[in-house]
Amino acid sequence: MKSSDFVRQLPGGEAHFSRPRTLASILHIDVPLFTLLLTLVLGGLFVLYSGSEKSMPDVARQGIHFAVASSLMLILARFDPQVFRRWAPWVFFLGLAGLVAVLVFGSDAKGAQRWLKIPGVNVRVQPSEFMKLAVPMMVAWYLSDRILPPSFKHIIGALIIIFVPAALIAKQPDLGTAILIAASGVFVLLFAGLGLRWILGCLAGVAALAPAMWFFVMHDYQKQRVLTFLDPESDPLRTGWNIIQSKTAIGSGGFGGKGWLEGTQSHLDFLPESHTDFIIAVLAEEFGYIGVACILTLYMMIIGRGLYIAANGQDTFSRLLAGSLIMTFFVYVFVNMGMVSGILPVVGVPLPLVSYGGTSVLTLMASFGILMSIHTHKKMLSR
Amino acid sequence: MASRELKDHFREQRIFFHRAIWAALGVIALSIALFARYYYLQISQHEVYKTLSDRNRMQLQSITPTRGLIYDRSGVLLADNQPTFSLTLVKERTKDVDATIAELQDILEITDDDVESFRKRMGQRRRPYESVTLKSRLTEEEIARIAVNRHLLAGVEVEAELIRYYPLGDTLAHVLGYVGRISERELKQVDPSNYSGTQYYGKLGVERHYESLLHGSVGYQTVETDARGRVLRVLDRVAPTPGADISIYLDVNLQRAAIEALDGRRGAVVAIEPSTGGILALVSTPSFDPNLFVTGIDSATYKALQDSPDIPLFNRALRGQYPPGSTIKPFLGLAGLDTETINVNSRVWDPGWYQLKNDDRKYRDWKRSGHGWVDLNASIEQSCDVFFYDMAFKMGVDNMYAYMAQFGFGEQMVYDIDEAQDGILPSREWKRAARRLPWFPGDSLNMGIGQGFMLSTPMQLATATAVLANRGKWVRPRLIKTINESEVADIESPPDVTLKQEWYWNYVIKAMEGVMHGRHGTARSSGKDSSYKMAGKTGTAQVIGIKQNAVYDAEAIAERHRDHALFVGFAPVDNPKIAVAVLVENGGGGSGAAAPVARKMFDAYLVGPKLEPGQMQAASP
Repeated sequence: MKSSDFVRQLPGGEAHFSRPRTLASILHIDVPLFTLLLTLVLGGLFVLYSGSEKSMPDVARQGIHFAVASSLMLILARFDPQVFRRWAPWVFFLGLAGLVAVLVFGSDAKGAQRWLKIPGVNVRVQPSEFMKLAVPMMVAWYLSDRILPPSFKHIIGALIIIFVPAALIAKQPDLGTAILIAASGVFVLLFAGLGLRWILGCLAGVAALAPAMWFFVMHDYQKQRVLTFLDPESDPLRTGWNIIQSKTAIGSGGFGGKGWLEGTQSHLDFLPESHTDFIIAVLAEEFGYIGVACILTLYMMIIGRGLYIAANGQDTFSRLLAGSLIMTFFVYVFVNMGMVSGILPVVGVPLPLVSYGGTSVLTLMASFGILMSIHTHKKMLSR
Repeated sequence: MASRELKDHFREQRIFFHRAIWAALGVIALSIALFARYYYLQISQHEVYKTLSDRNRMQLQSITPTRGLIYDRSGVLLADNQPTFSLTLVKERTKDVDATIAELQDILEITDDDVESFRKRMGQRRRPYESVTLKSRLTEEEIARIAVNRHLLAGVEVEAELIRYYPLGDTLAHVLGYVGRISERELKQVDPSNYSGTQYYGKLGVERHYESLLHGSVGYQTVETDARGRVLRVLDRVAPTPGADISIYLDVNLQRAAIEALDGRRGAVVAIEPSTGGILALVSTPSFDPNLFVTGIDSATYKALQDSPDIPLFNRALRGQYPPGSTIKPFLGLAGLDTETINVNSRVWDPGWYQLKNDDRKYRDWKRSGHGWVDLNASIEQSCDVFFYDMAFKMGVDNMYAYMAQFGFGEQMVYDIDEAQDGILPSREWKRAARRLPWFPGDSLNMGIGQGFMLSTPMQLATATAVLANRGKWVRPRLIKTINESEVADIESPPDVTLKQEWYWNYVIKAMEGVMHGRHGTARSSGKDSSYKMAGKTGTAQVIGIKQNAVYDAEAIAERHRDHALFVGFAPVDNPKIAVAVLVENGGGGSGAAAPVARKMFDAYLVGPKLEPGQMQAASP
């Protein structure tokens, strides 16, 4: 009653202190970001229709994935960023418990344990996807309370938060996701002001550790992927096949492409995984360099908007989290487009919001929900 | 919360802003790298990848032409193409070839031979995704069993294929030959693109000689395939030209009659139409089933055929070289007359042997008591050896060589069979080269009765007999009659045999008529009761030399060491329609074993089969 009295006394007074109450503000949507995402998703569905051998059921299912994921985005956008901050440790340790459970009771999919069946209900969850959000949240939570740039002790603390889940995921084994998660954590550190000496030191450390990884950590199939990346022609019919065929698809698209649904590489089954990880090759073949330039520009605009949102974040936690999420999104784009075009080894990273698959769509839209939450919950006073 | 109070929010925001700029620059730099990479692939290297992509999806496939059919002179089908089903494997589509074969062996019978020849062909030059036959001629039951287990057998297909089939089996194996799987060596001899889809190749006989004609030319289709090699659509197609259908002069009924007359004995028969040279019958017994060889013969069967003492794979009619014996006496008689070594009044006293001056050796006559006074006519009719010893001695080897060569001895004359042998027509030069010895007078005597060094094939004897029946007019023996129903033009033949007096021909032919119909004719028992007149000459070829003064006893000598029986002849005498040569290995005398075969063939060809209701008619269309 008190607040309504206040309203009556000062009609329209709130308008002076907040933005006009449009539909976007009611829904806590960032209109530019939402528009860009919508364009990407709708365009992606067209490519998916072609990449999935004109399978309308697949497109419909992906549409449902987007509907569910968008709902999650809208729900998360309604929360105040402080809620995420408060929940960060709980979310993180829940995810960590999930990862351990996967290693103990996980079910197999293509030779790797990634899924966890929840008894009683027919739902499988993938804790590693969950960690893509939980790790940057946790690191941002951990660092936002410290004096930045972080001290040596805090850097070590952050690295432990990053590498424990990353190691668990690498052990599943799912190198692609482990790299993405490690990257998301490291981005938080970088945005927090990690010193240049540290950055160079870490790069040197990675270079030194790479041979050890090769001999002690990597599985045979992972080594094979790296070898294939270095010389795809060495085994053109088996492991090199994917990359040769995807390069052929991309290259044969030329400037203008072969036309929608006219890609011979994908429609004649030469291109593997044409609706999932290699979908950019379908786009490149059918829409040519123009199509590639368009989608890459669209991604850059989304990332630009994301960095803008991050830079304008109200508190350190929000900025670090937003910056990390949007840069992780870029890592997706770069790794996927790089591996399909043969400048990076093949790791299982989908093209964000275009490749078929519900889990990655859910995670990505959730991260955009967090970005929108950060952008739409700014208070007048800086803390 | 002490640290919170010391936090410098403004500084943190500045640091973040600074880092965000770096991040944006990083994003831009890496995006430019992606732009550059895709530019390189799609613009700079576009042509390369476009070619790769086209090569990926377009595949040029060959379409095997249908092999031409072979008919006999009256239209009986001799070589057919039968649709059969074969079990094939595509290596690229199977996970493990050995395991797949093992699984297939659980389902149906696959012999080690099948597997071995499969591996051999697998090792040959082969396009990727090309199927290789593992087992041919599947039965309905086997096809059903494969169909049931299809889901377990990746890369296994049942393919329809046309396979050569010889409906008359062993009757014509030595004429038609057979086709078999094309070998690597044969592939090198042919135009590889024309044979790119062909699995079979003519190995012998007609099939081999007319291989290019029967094969036709390959067709092509450009197809769009997926990565698994499945054809999705045909883009363009050049139809193959099927092989030509041919007919040969052969008369199946006559061929059958000859085989029947040989009655399971080892031997050979060649019959030629004197007016055309067309080969009416070409028999070598025992024979074999050519169908065994088409899809690959198993090693046990092949070994049995190879090791048989009767050598069924050996073509006696074309490759068997035998001493012609007395069958050459008519030709030598012509030579004697034409060289004026003798005339029709020349007579010789035959006491049962002949002796050269300064030589102790007695050259025996087959009739130990001798024939008494004989002239040329009687010597042919009764096959007197002494008359020919004397004439050969007087005429000399050079004359004999010259005349016999004109009749085609010593050289293979068949137009369209590749494997025929040349025989041996001895001469001074030949003996010097082959034996490093000069020609002795005794050699001439042996040659005078068709023994000694001289060898000829049944085909050569039939050819010479046809020329004789034609009174010197040459016709090269040939099989081909029509190609795609149009008659094959006359072929070039050696020069005709011309004699100083035309009536010499009639004189010798009259003597040969005497062999069949005369009171003392050696084949008079085969000549009696005929509605037409025939001319002939019997012969006996010695298998082992008989020692001086030894008595020849056919009963005592093992069957394999008995003499070969020979006969040449033609009928009717006035208008010869058929000339034959008959050889019965170890048959004994020509009159007893060989001449009856010829008589049965004359009857079969000239009079026609005895009408037994529905028997022979059914065989001809």
